[in-house]
Amino acid sequence: MYFFNALPGAVAEGLIWGLMAIGVYISYKILDIADLTVDGSICTGACVCAVLISNGVPVWLSMIIAFLAGALAGIVSGVFNTAFGIPSILAGILTQLILYSVNLAILGGKSLISLVGGQHKLLLSMSNNPMAIVSAGLLIAATIICLWLFFYTEVGLTLKSTGDNADMSRAQGVNVKFNKVLGLAIANGIVALAGSLLAQYKGSANINDGRGAIVIALAAIFIGLSVSLKIKPNFVVSLIGVVGGGIVYYIIYNFVVLLGLKTDYLKMLSAIIVVVFLAVPYIKGEYFKKQKSVVRASAANNAGGGENA
Amino acid sequence: MLKITNLEKTFNAGTINAKTALCGLNLELKDGDFVTVIGGNGAGKSTLLNAIAGVWKPDYGTIEIDGVDVTAMPEHKRAKFLGRVFQDPMKGTAPDMEIDENLSIAARRGTKRKLLWGIRKGERERYAALLKDLDLGLETRLSTKVGLLSGGQRQAVTLLMATLNRPKLLLLDEHTAALDPKTAEKVLQITDKIVTENKLTTLMITHNMRDAIEHGNRLIMMHEGNVIIDVEGEEKKKLTVEDLLALFTKASGKEFANDRAILS
Repeated sequence: MYFFNALPGAVAEGLIWGLMAIGVYISYKILDIADLTVDGSICTGACVCAVLISNGVPVWLSMIIAFLAGALAGIVSGVFNTAFGIPSILAGILTQLILYSVNLAILGGKSLISLVGGQHKLLLSMSNNPMAIVSAGLLIAATIICLWLFFYTEVGLTLKSTGDNADMSRAQGVNVKFNKVLGLAIANGIVALAGSLLAQYKGSANINDGRGAIVIALAAIFIGLSVSLKIKPNFVVSLIGVVGGGIVYYIIYNFVVLLGLKTDYLKMLSAIIVVVFLAVPYIKGEYFKKQKSVVRASAANNAGGGENA
Repeated sequence: MLKITNLEKTFNAGTINAKTALCGLNLELKDGDFVTVIGGNGAGKSTLLNAIAGVWKPDYGTIEIDGVDVTAMPEHKRAKFLGRVFQDPMKGTAPDMEIDENLSIAARRGTKRKLLWGIRKGERERYAALLKDLDLGLETRLSTKVGLLSGGQRQAVTLLMATLNRPKLLLLDEHTAALDPKTAEKVLQITDKIVTENKLTTLMITHNMRDAIEHGNRLIMMHEGNVIIDVEGEEKKKLTVEDLLALFTKASGKEFANDRAILS
């Protein structure tokens, strides 16, 4: 019973993380960069949005500015990587560290800004979960449509090819470095937008928001793609799958909490989910490939024998 | 069309692994030249092509394409002059993207890409017609991901991509070396067809002496980072593998040390 009471909240929070996972999908799956900037930029989105709203800026404008702040973080990380030659993982970690200080500055030196109790109009809040689900759902739908259109434009196609084959892209006159920066800007912009939703939903922005966010996003991506790639391997279905993965993740999360797992262990749980999803296909390919081909060969022999008989 | 002056490149300069790949190479290509390049391992053939393509900057010397000095131009900007096919069939195409998407990216080489539809009306029909000419049955598979194609099919698509937007210079870097003999023959036929039909200026590296003799109107042989043999026209037509080996020994003072090139 408790579980079903918690379900709307799990879906709402899952949607917000699903949006964040869409951002990570762009860097991790399309650009083929494990971008750790997101742990910082989700918090930046939350902080920027919370501070602006508490100062009376309209919600929609606060969210746009949060998106831009995230995009800027992505640009910084991208420039570290492409112009300064810093490996992408390290570039992400460095930007993340920079963002910690930046986020503290945004919060005015405090570690938390609360939106609760004020007369602020918010897009969504945990006090009204059905409304939150509708708002977040619409925003995600709009994001998916924009990305779907974008990735079929001339620029969008070269962004895909940059992650798919950088040599080919350069040979076809694509500015690979620029595209990486652009892709990271879009990815982190979306992540910060998710952060702005998170701050509104929880009614606060905390300097520790987003720690380990990339792991949650990756878990959502792997859970989602394990289903959506079987249905239809195309871009829109993948993105919807990723959002679905976020929801499933939060339902599992709530379920595990209800089973009595201490919340201290939840980060470990998310990491284990990611490890399992990365390890299983690898182990399958590494240790079970031979057996499979033996089975196929004997099956073929049997089939041949049947024909002869 | 192409003018290379005093080109020099040393890899790992200043270390014990220093390797001079090009030493003061000069080469001039006329409009419409189809030049085959041959030479032993480490002769500098691929280094020469990579220098023209702008993979890295040379230590010394200049490269001019159609009167434009491109020596300092980054790889992606130079691409507007060049069509390239690599030795590795995996390198020239984006495997996770569809055939038509790959072609549409190639069709816009050298143009400023905008926020307009990546594949517009009529493009698919054009690609289907061009793919039909390749005679590999790809014209009905425009929406297939390139990663599902065979090595030979991928090289053929790459060749089409390299020439879709007519390049000033076509660079073929042993583009049949990784294919089985039958497929290699087919890809070479396609190459000949595309090059002659479009009258492309072409630089083709090959490890196969017979191919080097049979294709193109001019043949150069490289050794230790320089051109040591350069024959064209009637003289090239009469050339045999034995002649070539004799020429090599005369020019370099060494036996030709590449079994692969002689035997194949």
